Amino acid sequence: MWNKERVAEIVNGNKLVVFAKGTPEQPQCGFSARAYTVLEMLGHPFESVNIFEDPEIRPSLVEFSQWPTTPQVFLNGEFIGGSDVVLEMFEKGELKTKADAAFAQ
Amino acid sequence: MLSVSDVKNLLTKHFPEGDVNVVDLTGTSDHFGVQVVSQKFEGLSLIEQHKLVHAAVGDYLTNEIHALEIKTKTP
Repeated sequence: MWNKERVAEIVNGNKLVVFAKGTPEQPQCGFSARAYTVLEMLGHPFESVNIFEDPEIRPSLVEFSQWPTTPQVFLNGEFIGGSDVVLEMFEKGELKTKADAAFAQ
Repeated sequence: MLSVSDVKNLLTKHFPEGDVNVVDLTGTSDHFGVQVVSQKFEGLSLIEQHKLVHAAVGDYLTNEIHALEIKTKTP
């Protein structure tokens, strides 16, 4: 059973989480593939949820984050953004700094 | 189905002072790349900026529009 409480549990229980279409090994959307690539380049372990596993995941996620599209990346319980924001922050070095700080705690 | 100019019109309505560019990323009229240059983004976080773009396309996003690649800038 998926609801926004379960999404909150995953987001708060893992330092780095991505909800995406497909798995890191087999992404099913170009944007999700890009998010997975960025997270792998950060060099920290991350939890991933494939939203196609259950039709209830997407609506629960959208209700939780108030963000309409996937992928969605969360760091330290905070919504970071979709693939565009994540990529832009990665290119500026901001994401790496934020992630390193989160994992140093 | 939305055309590039439909998407452009939606965005221009919300950002009349701004500069809006739209491309069809896949040629299938459901994956669009948009670039919006607007004063409205001044002082906002990237997430807040993207939320303004989401709001401009409204319910089309996730229905007619499956994916939206967003670039926001201030002039």
